[in-house]
Amino acid sequence: MARQAPTLFETGGNAKNTTKGRKKMWDYVKLIVLAAVAVLAAIAASHARDIAYLVHMMIFMGAAVIAFLWQIRHMGEAVHNQNEYMDGVVRYGVVATAFWGVVGFLVGVVIAFQLAFPDLNLAALQGYGNFGRLRPLHTSAVIFAFGGNALLATAFYVVQRTTAARLFGGGLAWFVFWGYQVFILMAATGYVLGSTQGQEYAEPEWLTDLWLTIVWVAFLLVYLGTLIKRREPHIYVANWFYLAFIVTIAMLHLVNNLQIPVSLFGSDSVPVWSGVQSAMVQWWYGHNAVGFFLTAGFLGMMYYFIPKQAERPVYSYKLSIIHFWALIFLYIWAGPHHLHYTALPDWAQTLGMTFSIMLWMPSWGGMINGLMTLSGAWDKLRTDPVIRMMVVAVGFYGMATFEGPMMSIRAVNSLSHYTDWTIGHVHSGALGWNGMITFGALYYLVPKLWKRERLYSLSLVSWHFWLATIGIVLYAASMWVTGIMEGLMWRQVDAQGFLVNSFADTVAAKFPMYVVRGLGGTMFLVGALIMCYNLWMTVRKVGEAKPAATAAVAAE
Amino acid sequence: MAAPNSKHDRPTTGHSWDGIEEFDNPLPRWWLWIFYATIIWSVVYWILFPAWPLINGATAGVLGYSSRQDVEAEMVAVDDANAVWYQRLLDTNLNDIAEDPELQRFAVNAGAAIFRAQCSQCHGAGADGLRPGSGFPNLLDDEWMWGGTTEDIVQTVTYGIRNEDFPDARYSEMPSFGRDGLLTDEEITQVVNHVLNISGQAHDAALAEAGAEVFDLNCSSCHGVDGGGDQFQGAPALNNAIWLYGGSEAEITASVQNAHFGVMPGFADRLSEAQIRAVASYVHQLGGGQ
Repeated sequence: MARQAPTLFETGGNAKNTTKGRKKMWDYVKLIVLAAVAVLAAIAASHARDIAYLVHMMIFMGAAVIAFLWQIRHMGEAVHNQNEYMDGVVRYGVVATAFWGVVGFLVGVVIAFQLAFPDLNLAALQGYGNFGRLRPLHTSAVIFAFGGNALLATAFYVVQRTTAARLFGGGLAWFVFWGYQVFILMAATGYVLGSTQGQEYAEPEWLTDLWLTIVWVAFLLVYLGTLIKRREPHIYVANWFYLAFIVTIAMLHLVNNLQIPVSLFGSDSVPVWSGVQSAMVQWWYGHNAVGFFLTAGFLGMMYYFIPKQAERPVYSYKLSIIHFWALIFLYIWAGPHHLHYTALPDWAQTLGMTFSIMLWMPSWGGMINGLMTLSGAWDKLRTDPVIRMMVVAVGFYGMATFEGPMMSIRAVNSLSHYTDWTIGHVHSGALGWNGMITFGALYYLVPKLWKRERLYSLSLVSWHFWLATIGIVLYAASMWVTGIMEGLMWRQVDAQGFLVNSFADTVAAKFPMYVVRGLGGTMFLVGALIMCYNLWMTVRKVGEAKPAATAAVAAE
Repeated sequence: MAAPNSKHDRPTTGHSWDGIEEFDNPLPRWWLWIFYATIIWSVVYWILFPAWPLINGATAGVLGYSSRQDVEAEMVAVDDANAVWYQRLLDTNLNDIAEDPELQRFAVNAGAAIFRAQCSQCHGAGADGLRPGSGFPNLLDDEWMWGGTTEDIVQTVTYGIRNEDFPDARYSEMPSFGRDGLLTDEEITQVVNHVLNISGQAHDAALAEAGAEVFDLNCSSCHGVDGGGDQFQGAPALNNAIWLYGGSEAEITASVQNAHFGVMPGFADRLSEAQIRAVASYVHQLGGGQ
């Protein structure tokens, strides 16, 4: 034994009574706050200057009323057992992840076919369901709703397991979960109703931004609080990544959304930044949303679920610590590579590009640690489709993090920028890395969370694996082809320097590949639906596992 | 340092979280060396190119690179190479350009490139007006609204049609006969049948006969007594199968009811005179030049 396991908390009867009294008083405070929110939201709704604001206030009101009613029915209920993990919120997070995943993929498939067949921008849907409205709905649904819920759920699960402590803050984690769903609803309704500040991946207007800020600070509190009250002497690497993700996203969100509302009763706002500064801040945000939301956060996921599923130690502690700090330090500089050959000064472009190149190995540190963790357990790739999913995820991660630095090189970027190559790159990362690692985590979590002895069907996992993998390959390959093709067509000039192709020519040339992309996306969606069925049947049909340790016991 | 109770063959760090241990493996050498190489490469790049911001401006880099100068130089090089040709385009009488095969080849080539960038959005990459009835004229046929000689085309491209940017823009306006109450619905039905008649389509003979009189009184001053159109007023011919806004009964009725006011921008402030001559030469040789 390397060290002594920490002892459990002892909660005496007396302590319990006083906490119960305090709990009841606290419940009254909550009721008053909720009632106030509902009334204020109703007042604001009656003053609304635009439909999106009106809908957002109705959402606030509805959420406050539901929470109020729930609270009344659960007044002064027993304090939770501090020795048990708080898994209810994780279960909800898993369901939300699967649900928003399917929604996001579905909208993606729809807009993929809208690009291939413009007539699918149905006249009846103009102003609500055309490509321009659905595109941010798709990106936000997959990144923030699917990815965000996956991060929320796994962060709450992983931090409890690796600190041997229950989530900090009583019901605060529930506020984070439901608050985040309210944010998703506000963002989604806002996009469809045309409320957007026009910044990619940061489309929601000031009201939604403020709400997310509150939720995010609560998330940080829950996470930090749990880390602080941990009963393990050291903090596991997955938690560094999760914490970096939470802290950095807070900073990015605040700076990029500095807006002055036109009216307290309307969605519109005016950004503080303008011109090239605005572009720079936007892509500092945009690239680090990729870096800290989709990379750091998901690396946290990877660092827990791969060793657990493989039942092998992490390959190298040294590598994890070096690549973590290198990644965190370098990523934050890389944003300007989104603005090559623009009004952004050359020096800023150079820095963005060189820091992206230096980021290559720090990114690959995560891939090495993920893949090499399997050394000694390679046979599992044959027998366990879940681990296969995770390995393919890490493979796509490695591919995307090589492709990224390459595309950041000025000369490469002059061909790839504004083309579908970027779309292919993003999706090999999003579908391959974020999607597959999340699927792997869900397959791991559901039997654990619902105390089932196994998954309903491993062969369905295999089906999901192959559909998703082939779907991603179709998607990425078709976008590479069209991207490079249209890049070459755009720059094609004859011997006298005259343009050879019109823009419409390049669009027409892409058509077959757009259909292939749509089919790839459809396969990915079908795979996700199979997963939902499999997980549902796991909960419904598979027998209970023998009582497993659900108490917060520090590991040996 | 190996944990004494480690069940693994290699040393671990000795910690365990929820059963997860970590090997104490060193950094992979290849990983470390490539990392160092990218850092060295970046430092070299910073020395060569503009990189670090200072108080006034940024380090310029020893190569003197500037993306703006690069693109400017590239454009100047192309313009210089073609300067002789553009001058010849200006010096040659418009109607004689086609007589000079060398110059014509250059004009068509340059004009095609300009057309792709400036005109194809409305007229279509193939100059066919996208589709019949789109409201954008097909430039492949010999049916012209405002004249199909190279000079006419130069005039149209230079100042455009019915825009507010150029006083010399071609201008005419068809009244909205229905909306403004100039004709009754009955008269409109009649005149539409007359137009269907002269364009060789199925029609009601009685209505068309009555419509002939309506046409004569209201339409013939622009569209001509026989419906042959008038290029001085940009009035399209109605006695053929070519339709700018569609030739079905419903479409013609809509045109008479509300009229159309098609606008084309002028390019005098976007293209040089030589470029306009080039694009006019290109359009002229597409098939319908007069």
